[in-house]
Amino acid sequence: MSNAFIAFQKNDDSRCIVEAILEDNPGAMVVDQPSMVKIDVPNRLVIKRETVTEKMGREFDLQELQLHLITISGNLDETDDEFTLTWNS
Amino acid sequence: MAIDLRTVSITPLRQTFGHLARRMGADKPASRYIEATMDLQPVENYHYRPTWEPQYDIFDETRTAIKMKDWYALKDPRQYYYGAWTLARGKMQEIAEGDFDLVDELGLAAAYPVAGKDEALKVFLPLRHVAWASNLNKAYVSSYGYGIAISQAACYASMDQLGAAQYVSRLGLAFNDLDALVSAKTAWLEGAEWQELRRYVEDLMVEKDWFEVLVAQDFALEGLLYPLIYERYNEKLNAAYSPVFSMLTRFQREWFGETTKWMDSILKVAAADNPDNKAKLAEWIKHWRERAIKALQPVAALAFGADADAIMDELVQNLNTRAAKAGITL
Repeated sequence: MSNAFIAFQKNDDSRCIVEAILEDNPGAMVVDQPSMVKIDVPNRLVIKRETVTEKMGREFDLQELQLHLITISGNLDETDDEFTLTWNS
Repeated sequence: MAIDLRTVSITPLRQTFGHLARRMGADKPASRYIEATMDLQPVENYHYRPTWEPQYDIFDETRTAIKMKDWYALKDPRQYYYGAWTLARGKMQEIAEGDFDLVDELGLAAAYPVAGKDEALKVFLPLRHVAWASNLNKAYVSSYGYGIAISQAACYASMDQLGAAQYVSRLGLAFNDLDALVSAKTAWLEGAEWQELRRYVEDLMVEKDWFEVLVAQDFALEGLLYPLIYERYNEKLNAAYSPVFSMLTRFQREWFGETTKWMDSILKVAAADNPDNKAKLAEWIKHWRERAIKALQPVAALAFGADADAIMDELVQNLNTRAAKAGITL
C-alpha cells in the first residue's frame, strides 16, 4: 500500500485546504515542516471543492490550489468538484 | 572549501493565542477571522453602567430575549474581519463602478426610454430612504449586540447599506438628475403607498431587542424586499426596456446573495441552541413577516399592478423555505 500525498506552502489559503483534506480523508497524516505542509493518505487522497469553500467562506476554484502547490504523488484525476490522487493497489 | 548546508527546523513555541487554543481545544493555527473575532469583547470588570440605561452593563446579554450558551457560535460563514470585508467590498465596488462608467460613456442612461425611467424611479428611488433606515437599524444591532461575532458582521452590513443607499441615489441622478431625489423624498414622506413601509422601518428604530431588530430588518423585510425589487422588478424592466437597470443595481444584488448566507446561518445557529430561541425566532418572524407583507404590498402593486399578489405569495413562500431550512417552524 502506497501513500498518495500532496504538499503545500503554508499560508492562510492552504490551511483551509488542509483542514478540508483532513475532514474528507479519514486516515490522513499531516507532516508539518517549516513553511511547508505535507499530507499523506493511504491509496487515495481527495480534495473536495465544496468542503474547501465552506472552510474558506468564499467560492473556491480547485485550480487555485496550484498557487500553493509544491508537489503531489499519485495518479491525478481532476474535475470541477474533486481533485483526486490515487495509487492502484 | 566545502560548504555544509544544514536544515534547521525551528518549531514555534505556540501556534496561536492562548485564548484561541483553549477555545479550540488544541494549539493549532487559527484563521485571521478567528483571531480577529473570538472573545475580543470584554465580559467582566465593567466599571461604569451606561448613564442612559443603568439597569444594563455596557455589554449585556439580557438586552435580547435570545439566549446563547456561546455567543461566539454566531460566526460569519463568509469569515469577514475588517480586512477581508474591505477587500471583498472593494472588489464589488470596482465592478459596479465599471458598470456606471460604461453606462455613462455610452450614454445608456440618457437613451433609456422615458417610460422606463419613470417606472424605475417611481418604484425604486424611495428605497434610498429604506437603505438609510436599514443602516441605522443594523448599526443598533452592532452597538448593542453581544459578542464580536455578531456585532462586527452587523456593523459591516450597516455600512453596506450606506453603500446601497448611495448606489440607489446615483441611479436616480443618472436617470433624472436631482429632480429624481427630490420627488423620491416627497413620495417617501407623503405618498400613500410608502407609509406602511416607512412605519415599519421607523418602528424598528425604537425597538429595543437588538436580535428582534436583526430578524425584522434583515430577514423579514429585506428577505422580501430584495427579491421583489432586484430580481422580479429588475426582470420586468429588463424585458420591457434594456438591461441598464440591472447594470446600475449590481452591487445590491450581489450584496443580498452573499448576506443571505450569513443571515441564514445566524438563524440556524441561534435556533439550534435551545428550544426557547426557536420559539422566539418563529414568533418574531411571523409577526414581522406579516407586517412586511402589508408594508410591501402597495409597493408591489405600484411595480406589478395586477400580478402583485401572485408575486408576493411566491416571495413569502421562499422566505418560509429559508426559515424552515434554518430549523424554524412557522
